[in-house]
Amino acid sequence: MNVPTRNRPPRVGDAPAFRRALIGIVLTFVAIVIIAPLAVIGYQAFSQGFAVYAAAISHPDTLHAIGLTVVTALIAVPINTAFGVAAAWAITKFDFWGRRFLLVVIEIPFSISPIVAGVAYLFVYGLQGLFGPALEQADVKILFALPGIVLASMFVTAPFVARELIPLMQAQGRDLEEAATSLGASGWRTFFSVTLPNIRWALLYGVVLCNARVMGEFGAVSVVSGNIRGQTNTLPLHIELLYHDYQTAGAFAAASILALLAVVTLIAKVLLERQGAGRARRRPALAAPVAAPKTASAEISS
Amino acid sequence: MARRILPGFPLALGITLVYVSIIVVLPLGALVFKAASLGFEDYWRIVSSPRAVASYRVTALSALGATAFNLVFGMALAWVLVRYRFPGRRFVDALVDLPFALPTAVAGIALTTLFAENGWFGSVLAEICVKVAYTPLGIMVAMAFTSLPFIVRTVQPVLEDLDPALEEAAQTLGGSDRSIFLRVILPLLAPALLAGLSLSFARSLGEFGAIIFIAGNQPMSTEITALLAFIRLEEYDYQAAAAIASVLLITAFLMLAVTNILQARALRYTARG
Repeated sequence: MNVPTRNRPPRVGDAPAFRRALIGIVLTFVAIVIIAPLAVIGYQAFSQGFAVYAAAISHPDTLHAIGLTVVTALIAVPINTAFGVAAAWAITKFDFWGRRFLLVVIEIPFSISPIVAGVAYLFVYGLQGLFGPALEQADVKILFALPGIVLASMFVTAPFVARELIPLMQAQGRDLEEAATSLGASGWRTFFSVTLPNIRWALLYGVVLCNARVMGEFGAVSVVSGNIRGQTNTLPLHIELLYHDYQTAGAFAAASILALLAVVTLIAKVLLERQGAGRARRRPALAAPVAAPKTASAEISS
Repeated sequence: MARRILPGFPLALGITLVYVSIIVVLPLGALVFKAASLGFEDYWRIVSSPRAVASYRVTALSALGATAFNLVFGMALAWVLVRYRFPGRRFVDALVDLPFALPTAVAGIALTTLFAENGWFGSVLAEICVKVAYTPLGIMVAMAFTSLPFIVRTVQPVLEDLDPALEEAAQTLGGSDRSIFLRVILPLLAPALLAGLSLSFARSLGEFGAIIFIAGNQPMSTEITALLAFIRLEEYDYQAAAAIASVLLITAFLMLAVTNILQARALRYTARG
């Protein structure tokens, strides 16, 4: 932080008039672009009074959608977390051929349209797809059911935990773990007593962001869920359904739950960033200074 | 160099490879396989049909517009957050990430309600005869909202690390604020700015949830490519859905390559310590 001090000339853009004007313009746009959407959700949700809001939230279809969303998150987030930790451990604690490529593959879902993800899953598990006919014969339902929703959610959030952990663990190097192992600690003991305390905040940060995305995912899930009301509608899909049914108050009541989740996520994010989480990612993955042997750092920074 | 001191390599790599194969590679492979099984002529007929081409145009132009807005607004927002101290600065800093945290469907209905003709902003804009909801402008608004944090968050750390000595040197040489900004600060920010731009543009190309509510979804004018793929699926035209989705996939890979190159370049300037 460079706070201008008295004995220094003002920095570029510090002229009071310019400064005030720029802050004013930017804050106006923040109000229009970011605050207004949040405000309109609350306004619309309660526009017909609290009784209507309560009735909309406690409607069986809405409750079912909330339940399905929570169940999806309870399955997808822990599996994703385990994957993220395993991927980070493999990529940062060892040197192997194809490490950089693996990192790129893990990050792919981040840059792919959720619709493409949904369509892709259809061609694996759908009747038109690779395993569809076999699954049909075995009477296993993956698409238009919970497994499909969970799989699509896992696709879109695959990089979330890994990309928080990898830059951090890369920067921390391997010395501590190597010391622990040489003193006789087992692999699990090393992980739980040495690595985990160092990465816990970043891990939690990744989990929080992953959870928010799983609960809010729309595009990919809307392709694979089949949109069956009261059965395979997650909360975002239920919002769409109510909105297109012209049940505006109901749609915004359901939306207010997800908006609340978003606000809680932001608060958690700020609190975790105070613990240092999320900072490593500001420098893109594998860019942080490496405490590993020279050959390794040369290999990855080329 | 088989110097593996730490345990757990087979297990960790095994889990990673299995997960990545099942969750990421298999579905994308299936999609490519399906699109490739069409044969070149059918594939070309589908992806070059007038309706598909119109959807590319709407998607790309709207994404360009949204990215241009974010370039100016994101840059100004990052500047204000880094260089000035004012009440509520931390609050605004936290709010920047709202578009990432807010589910796209929620953003979609909120923006549509705001910009509809009887909405808070729509009614004001209607008086100057600007229609946003159900026009390409609406698509742009939704894209700008969902990709807003990218440029702010790529420019912010570089701006924070900027060495004040560079500006001071320019000042002692008599440079005006304007010329110092354009000729000293902006070139230093350019790599980060470009990386942020490409992330923002790529995200806009793939966005779906927020757009379909506000777009109007008229074929040939306000139908984005992602929606066209979705519509083909609902019509049980799986081949067309595969072909159009593959266009989005190829674009995403191209953008990923561009972003990686730009980020690697940005890194050369920021990885000082």
